[in-house]
Formats: sequence, C-alpha cells, structure tokens
Amino acid sequence: MSNVPSPLRYRESHEWIDPTQSPSPVGITDHAQAELTDVVFVDPPKVGAQVTAGQQVCVIESVKAASDIYAPVAGEIVAVNEALTSDPGLLNRDPYSSGWIFKIKPSNPAEFDALMDAEAYGRHIA
Amino acid sequence: MPGKLTKRPRFTTCPTVSDPAPLRRTPLHAVHVEMGTRMVPFAGWDMPVQYTGIVDEHKAVRQSVGVFDISHMGQFIVSGPGAEAFLNRVLTNNITKLQPGQGQYTLLLNGLGGVIDDLIAYRTSEREFYLVVNASRIDADWAHLETQLNKDDEVLMANASDFTAGLAIQGPKAREVAAAVFGNAASFPEHNTILVTMTDNGPMWLCGTGYTGEEGFEFFMPMETAEAWFRKIVDAVKAAGGMPCGLGARDTLRLEMGYPLNGNDLSEARTPLQAGLGFFVDLDKGDFTGRKALVAQKAAGLPDKLAAFRMAGAAPPPRPHYPVAFESQIISEVCSGTQSPSLGVGIGMAYVPLSAATPGSILEIEIRGRRFPAEVVKKPFYRKPSV
Repeated sequence: MSNVPSPLRYRESHEWIDPTQSPSPVGITDHAQAELTDVVFVDPPKVGAQVTAGQQVCVIESVKAASDIYAPVAGEIVAVNEALTSDPGLLNRDPYSSGWIFKIKPSNPAEFDALMDAEAYGRHIA
Repeated sequence: MPGKLTKRPRFTTCPTVSDPAPLRRTPLHAVHVEMGTRMVPFAGWDMPVQYTGIVDEHKAVRQSVGVFDISHMGQFIVSGPGAEAFLNRVLTNNITKLQPGQGQYTLLLNGLGGVIDDLIAYRTSEREFYLVVNASRIDADWAHLETQLNKDDEVLMANASDFTAGLAIQGPKAREVAAAVFGNAASFPEHNTILVTMTDNGPMWLCGTGYTGEEGFEFFMPMETAEAWFRKIVDAVKAAGGMPCGLGARDTLRLEMGYPLNGNDLSEARTPLQAGLGFFVDLDKGDFTGRKALVAQKAAGLPDKLAAFRMAGAAPPPRPHYPVAFESQIISEVCSGTQSPSLGVGIGMAYVPLSAATPGSILEIEIRGRRFPAEVVKKPFYRKPSV
C-alpha cells in the first residue's frame, strides 16, 4: 500500500505539496515513485521562475520514461533539491522528505484548497 | 515528448486508436497477472515490462540469474532435401557451416539489402532447421520466405509460432538453474548450440543463446506445458538468488551489449553493413537475396553507420527519436537509447556519417531543446569485470 501522509495536499498528477511550510516543498507521491520505479535523472526547474498552478515545471526520468512534473500552486520557485543531481534515487527511497524536488513561495495560499487532501488522494489512487 | 505522470503513465494494456488490433497473450499471461506484473504492449503482444523494477531485474541477470517470458517470439521449422540450399539463398550467414546441433546469428534481407529480420538459425538435423525470429516480424518473414521459395525446391516450411512458448534463462547462475530444473533429463546447451529433447509432452528445444551478454539458454516448448515449466523455473531462479525479468530489463541488458533491436536499430531502409553486422554476412558463399546490393554498397562506400555513444557528463537518458547533432548540425536521430543500469550513464546508438562514427567523436543529443555531449565508443558498452 502507498503511503499518503495527511498534512500534505495532492494533485491528480501525483505531486504533493506541504502547505504547513513556507516556502512549500513539492515532490512526487509514494504511489508515483512506485509506478515510475528507478528514477535516474531529475531535470530541475529554474530558481526564480514564476509559475502558475498546473504549469509543467520540470521533468523526472526513470529508466523507462520521462515524466512531467506540474506546479501544484502558483508562485515563485525559490529552491531546488541539489542532492537529487547526484542521487536521483532519493525520489524512490524517501519521496516525502529528502526526495523533495523544489520549494515554491505560493502567491495565493487559497489555491491549497483546490488540491486534494490525503483522504481524497487515497481514493484517487485506490 | 515527455508524458504526464498519470495513474498508469505509459503502461496501458488497452489497445489505442492507432493500434486497434487486440493484444495477444502468451500462455503465461495469467501467471504474470497473478504475480502483479506490470504489462505493456509490445509487437502486438501484452508482455511483462517489469515484475519488481527494471534496475533490480537487470542487476539480477548480471549478478545471478533471471527468467524472461519470450513466448511472443516466432519459430519456423524448415526441412527437406532442399532446406540447406534454400536457407543459404535467403539468409546472409553461411548455413552450410552448421553441423547438426549448431546455430548462428543471421539476417533475412530484401532485394535491396535492407534488413527484414535478424534471427538465429539452428541446424537440428542434416535436413531440418529451426529458425527463431522476432515477434514483430513473424508475418513479414513468413511472407518473404514464401516469395523466395521455388516450386522445385523440395522444402517444407512450418510456422510453429502459435503453438510454441519460450523462456530465456540468463545469468551466471543459469547453469545452476538448468541443473535444478532438468536434473539428468537434459544437459546444458553450450553457446550457439541446440538440444532437441523429446518428452511425454512433446519436444523441447534448448538453445545456448540469449540477448543479454550473459551465459544462459533459451528454452522453447509446446505452449500447454509452459506454465508448469515457468513456475518450476521461477522457483529455481529465486533459489539461486535471481528473479523473473520483464522486457524493460531485456532492453537495457541487450543495449549494454550493443545488440540491435529490430524496429529500433534495424529496418528495411538500411543494410547489415550499415548496422555493423558484416561479420554475419558471407559475401563469398554464393548468391543470396540482397547480396548484389551489399556488394554495390561496399564498393561505393557506406552512407552511414550505426554508432554507439555514451553521454559525457550528467544528462537525461537518451531515448529513441531524440535528434543527434554533429559539428552543430542535426544529422540523425537516436535509434535505441536508455540509462545503463550497470554503468550509471546514458547509452545509445544512432546512424551517423562515417566521419562522425569513429570512437572518440563527439555527438550532441538534443533533449527537450537542450544539447548534451555524447562520445562515440566501441561496442559493447558493458564488459564483464574479469574475476
């Protein structure tokens, strides 16, 4: 069974964002990493980029396929996880913590309400 | 184009609009589903892409042993007093060199020297040959062979593909698995040999071949017996520290060896000389389909050649159809490309002009609009560490 932590918010496309932190870290869910398996490369977004909710911001690559990652909310990308450059497998091993991909400073925190909570996301992947 | 990360990103088992034919299932389909295997359409078949993960399965084959369902592959039995002469007339390698029990890698060409298929031909007896062909090319191969057959050839061709299942057991512990599964009933087939054993359930073909670069064998059998054999072999493979493996690992393993995949690296638009397979073409054995075109191409010089490259420095994995540049000009596209699980770098192959094909040449692979350097290298990409 996939791990779906409750304080996080989720997009249908399997990104999570932590609204309790500011700026908010974003990553992919345990379910997504299990589907992708073996992440081998992360093409990170640009720090300083202004993005809109649902905008494609970066790409992660598994052995088999490249997958787009979308911004869960609008805002400014303020940090990217440099550790993923040398160890992209963090996304598989620790998707909700050290495997975060980027941090975003939300321009409209109300957008968090449009995302799924853990219960809804759990149903989404069931 | 990168796709969306959706619930089941690329691994849909439903026929798409562009591919309306229902997918075929191997006799092991129900076992794969029972094992929770992720399935993927390949060459018209619903095939396992991975059981646990591509990298784990890949490493299992390099370090211990893996078993693959290869029931989608095709088998033709060509027999009769004229079988040897007929096959020597349509295949590139010299089949007269085979003793009963021996096999060789060979190619089936069209009249222009283009590759219809690459296959293994085994001589099972003086007058009988067993051909193992690619799943995607069974119909094309059969149709072509029929057009090449003359009325007075005294050849009988049988297509056993629909009745035959196959398993590939690959890895340094393949011998151990064979001993555990067959006991004294069959010996281990040495490299490029075939052992045909009659059992109560019909014949078994044990072939000392594979697509991974490791020691191992391919085992073909009547499809009714496949499930029992598969379960038995999976148990033996697991006992030896290995695991069942899908097409994902099969692809990364073969590409690390620089083995071509028909459809990616071979096509009817290019000759085996361009693909670097001249070793399997005997231009001196007498006439065969495509020979004239190959001789002419050799005389004129090759327009391009399949070059192996590895990414230089951190880069996304190269994938099929990515543009390839040389001296700033886009000259080609990637045929096969992946991240090498053994080497931890992106590797691939592309047809490039001879000036760009020498080892040490620097190509650029264009990935999402950015160019990443790649160095042309000799095949294989991966060499077994000497013990």
